[in-house]
Amino acid sequence: MTRKQRRLNFVLLGMLALGAATALVLTAFNDSLVYFYSPSDLKERQIGPERRLRLGGLVEEGSVKRDGQTIRFVVTDTAATVGVVYNGQLPDLFREGQGVVAEGRLENGVFQAAEVLAKHDENYMPKEVADALKKQGHWQEEKSAK
Amino acid sequence: MHRFANPARFLRAAQLVLPWSAGLTVALLAAGLYLGLLGSPADYQQGETVRIMYVHVPSAWMGLFVYSNMAIASAVALIWKHPLADVVAKASAPVGAGFTFVCLVTGALWGKPMWGTWWAWDARLTSMLILLFLYLGHMALVNAFDDPTRGAKAGAVLALAGFVNVPIIKYSVDWWNTLHQPASVTRVGMPAVDPAMLTPLLLMGLAFTTFFVTLLILRVRSELAATKIRAIRMVQVHGG
Amino acid sequence: MDGVLGMGGYAAYVWPAYGITAVVMLGLLITSLREMRKNESQLAALKQAHPRRRARAEEGQS
Repeated sequence: MTRKQRRLNFVLLGMLALGAATALVLTAFNDSLVYFYSPSDLKERQIGPERRLRLGGLVEEGSVKRDGQTIRFVVTDTAATVGVVYNGQLPDLFREGQGVVAEGRLENGVFQAAEVLAKHDENYMPKEVADALKKQGHWQEEKSAK
Repeated sequence: MHRFANPARFLRAAQLVLPWSAGLTVALLAAGLYLGLLGSPADYQQGETVRIMYVHVPSAWMGLFVYSNMAIASAVALIWKHPLADVVAKASAPVGAGFTFVCLVTGALWGKPMWGTWWAWDARLTSMLILLFLYLGHMALVNAFDDPTRGAKAGAVLALAGFVNVPIIKYSVDWWNTLHQPASVTRVGMPAVDPAMLTPLLLMGLAFTTFFVTLLILRVRSELAATKIRAIRMVQVHGG
Repeated sequence: MDGVLGMGGYAAYVWPAYGITAVVMLGLLITSLREMRKNESQLAALKQAHPRRRARAEEGQS
């Protein structure tokens, strides 16, 4: 084996080992790498009100109710839903049927949000195209609330 | 590979490429900026802020592309000891850092009005920040040694080790849920970007690529001259 | 706010994004060009001052 080959093998093995180690670490910390929990996750985990966490999903159509400063809406991942109460400024992209991430605490099954962020999907198009797609019935809501 | 490893040969080839890459950069940039700012529609959800995409996404691509280049050059330098490979890696790092910085800042400027926050510690944004630190660490490490060859070797090891971050950035939006949306252009099947917006996006991506080639040529030339200066000085000092 | 400059009310985000991109890109271009000119002229001066060494260095190249 020439020195070049030895160096090549060394680099390849090193990369492989590093890649495997990283994969293991990332798998082990998978829970803290997710940015938010879905409503189904929350149902499963029974998290108390002492823990601050993020809830993500789609804002359920027709669920947004404004009561003075207070905004109430329902977050859904199509399998489960969680009601959210929020007092404050909503981002411009906050819309029914769109993605949302709320940070706060789960108290008696209601999510008390301290901050609400909007999440958007990967589709970009002009308004006319979106309208035309909706009219033709080709519109499929992106259920990306994984 | 061997053909371009010779610095003198590289300089001759670079001399031919330089006017083309510089000219193409200007032309592509003019077309991309015109279409991006004036000749393309607003997004149905995000309105005019979608125009930030035309600088944000290409700079993200370049941040990853330049790093991959740097990792390949580092592997070539470590394994085959080509004299030019270390120079290319060293010349690439500041450019990659610049692109990554632009990506992070423009992303913050886009995130504030749309998401409602400048920054989120989600997997995509955090791994992109790590990429910036890898570039900065590489720049610091390469210059930290009195002996340039030792600096280059340490830098090459860092560049290769840091390469694990590249697939993490790319797939972070698929592996974990993030505030950042999934890939639009490289997703399986059709890109999810309307052609009217995809055109300026790709033009800007090409413009950034040719700009990188231009910068790389200038920086490698500069680095090669510096190496020769060092060599001549060394001969002087050691009584040539 | 109307027109391109107004950016549908998002001018405060869109224009700084383009501005910061332009500043960083131009900064990279200017520093790279300046560094290259400095090094190449320094090398040329050194070669002029030591013509014998220049021939030797050239030999080592090809």
